[in-house]
Amino acid sequence: MIEIKDLHKSYKMGSNSLHVLKGINFTAEEGELVAIMGSSGSGKSTLLNILGMLDEADSGEYTLDGVPIKNLSETKAAQYRNKFLGFVFQSFNLINYKSALENVALPLYYQKVPRKERQEKALQYLERVGLKEWATHLPSELSGGQKQRVAIARAMAAEPKVLLADEPTGALDSTTSYEVMDLIQKINDEGNTILVVTHEEDIAHMCKRIVHLRDGVIVEDKKVKQVRASEYVQ
Amino acid sequence: MRLLFDRNTWQEIFGSIRKNKIRTIITIIGVLWGIFVYIAMSGAAKGMDNGFEKSFETVAMNSLFAWAQSTSKPYSGYKTGRQLQLKLGDATVLQNRIPELQYIAPRNVKGTFGSAPASITRGSKSGNYPVYGDFPVFTKIATKKIYDGGRFVNDDDIEQARKVCIIGERTQKEMFEEDEDPIGGYIRIDGIYFQVVGVHKFVQNAPFDSDSDIYIPFTTYRRLYNSGENVGWFSMAAFDDADVIQVEEDVKSVLKNIHRVDPTDERAFGTFNLGEVFSKIMGFSKGLTFISLIVGIATILAGIIGIGAILLISVKERTKELGVRRALGATPGEVRTLIILECLFLTLIAGIMGIILGALTLSIVNNATQGIDFPYTNPTVPIPLVMGAFALMLILGILIGLIPAQRAVSIRPIDALREE
Ligand SMILES: Nc1ncnc2c1ncn2[C@@H]1O[C@H](COP(=O)(O)OP(=O)(O)OP(=O)(O)O)[C@@H](O)[C@H]1O
Ligand SMILES: [Mg+2]
Repeated sequence: MIEIKDLHKSYKMGSNSLHVLKGINFTAEEGELVAIMGSSGSGKSTLLNILGMLDEADSGEYTLDGVPIKNLSETKAAQYRNKFLGFVFQSFNLINYKSALENVALPLYYQKVPRKERQEKALQYLERVGLKEWATHLPSELSGGQKQRVAIARAMAAEPKVLLADEPTGALDSTTSYEVMDLIQKINDEGNTILVVTHEEDIAHMCKRIVHLRDGVIVEDKKVKQVRASEYVQ
Repeated sequence: MRLLFDRNTWQEIFGSIRKNKIRTIITIIGVLWGIFVYIAMSGAAKGMDNGFEKSFETVAMNSLFAWAQSTSKPYSGYKTGRQLQLKLGDATVLQNRIPELQYIAPRNVKGTFGSAPASITRGSKSGNYPVYGDFPVFTKIATKKIYDGGRFVNDDDIEQARKVCIIGERTQKEMFEEDEDPIGGYIRIDGIYFQVVGVHKFVQNAPFDSDSDIYIPFTTYRRLYNSGENVGWFSMAAFDDADVIQVEEDVKSVLKNIHRVDPTDERAFGTFNLGEVFSKIMGFSKGLTFISLIVGIATILAGIIGIGAILLISVKERTKELGVRRALGATPGEVRTLIILECLFLTLIAGIMGIILGALTLSIVNNATQGIDFPYTNPTVPIPLVMGAFALMLILGILIGLIPAQRAVSIRPIDALREE
């Protein structure tokens, strides 16, 4: 599903340049649930953003579902993001003046899905994250965990090939974090490929594979026995 | 284009407009004020324009007057300072020599220009009013509204030198009882009985006109006051397409020729033409219309630039939101269209509200000035001007919208998302 070869990325800051990714090689098969770990500043977000076509690598190859991702125009990148990728952010990034339902329906709008169908589908996904009754509420009326579930519903509504989550539980307490991970596991159970950036060991162990980044390279890549989050959720 | 007719696009725009209420209101006020000023001002200018035109409608716009003075230069044996006198025969000569003259009405008066007014009596009532000797043609030059049942001097009156008169409203009030019909009644003008055949509604055509003027046939006047062939002055009207200034010059030179006056003598005959005065006044209201156009357009422009500026700020505030939209798959084109349409929509909403408000104000002012003696009539803004203003707003709305739209997509989505 995802294939990257010798990926490099550096940020220029004035005369210096900061080499963040120093040759990343990585593959993820369909249906995998991968945790990306590493200390702060190790380049986790940078990697995820490149995978998400929000940013571009300086060199190296990136293939997503057999499609080479290279020198995309902003328009093309937007269309690929819309079609292939779902994003979950640490800070939720819901649009504050749109209701939960409208937020979930937004990627479908950019997919040119007709309004009625969009509403139905959005409601369906809200139901799957257990927030059907909250459909008309604004993000400001939701708790952090609820916001993140809406964000997950939004990411899933477009039926992406890969779900990219950058510290989805970073702003949540542990109970809520487990609820969110439970949801992510269920989505993964249905065969979706998911990449989760996290700092937390317990969250990482709820994935099926853990990749460790240090100083811009992958230093460890291991399969783990998945801990089901549902064990911690009553 | 497809986007433009998509209901979803408009839902997005309405959503963003509704949810950014303060921004929406502030931006709307700017343009609303602009179009309001434009409509109200040009409407008011149009109203004054109409008002002036109405004030002048009773007078032929191309009318002119000529009277005799005294010479200021010696000529062909005559000394300087010779008092000149217009004669009835001059009218025929003028008419023959100046084809641009449509009408010429010789007139005499007793009671203005220094002469004592005639004394009018009826029974025990008396008064002093100016009396004019007139030909029927005079009504072609200055419209005299005669009240129902009455008439002006006619050809038979002239031929038979009938003792008939047309009195003014004031004369009627002072000479007749309120319930009395003056038509057919008799009054005495300087001792002679005259039958009243009409009452004229007072209209100010010339500064010396009054509501007590009495008109009698020219021939009767001549007999009454022994004026012979003498004429006080000529009231004339040139054809509509004639150059009144030129006709005025021609009249002067023909008169100088008849009366053997030095052609270069500027003081021998006095003339005056209303067309010139009229065009000066109309020029004033045209100028007003023009100024209101400039001010209006400038204000609209300022309003739309204001919208652009506020949208620019709003786009900066919404950087993160726009970043999220782009992460979710909004193409730069879609983001740009969203911003431009927002700008356009705000502009048009403001414009329509401004037009309605402006029109409302105009009609209120119109009602308020009804019946007041002020040259202000039917203050409407011509539809083409409104349409023009609208088109201007449409184009400017799009053009100004381009700036924030471009700014919205100039930032990379990754940077937009990082924004706090
Ligand atoms: N746009 C940028 N310009 C300059 N430097 C950047 C930029 N984005 C990231 N960096 C730098 O690149 C390095 C890697 O950043 P990145 O955000 O990928 O780290 P991270 O592993 O996600 O860290 P964290 O766990 O704190 O989120 C950091 O040193 C950071 O300061
Ligand atoms: Mg990070």
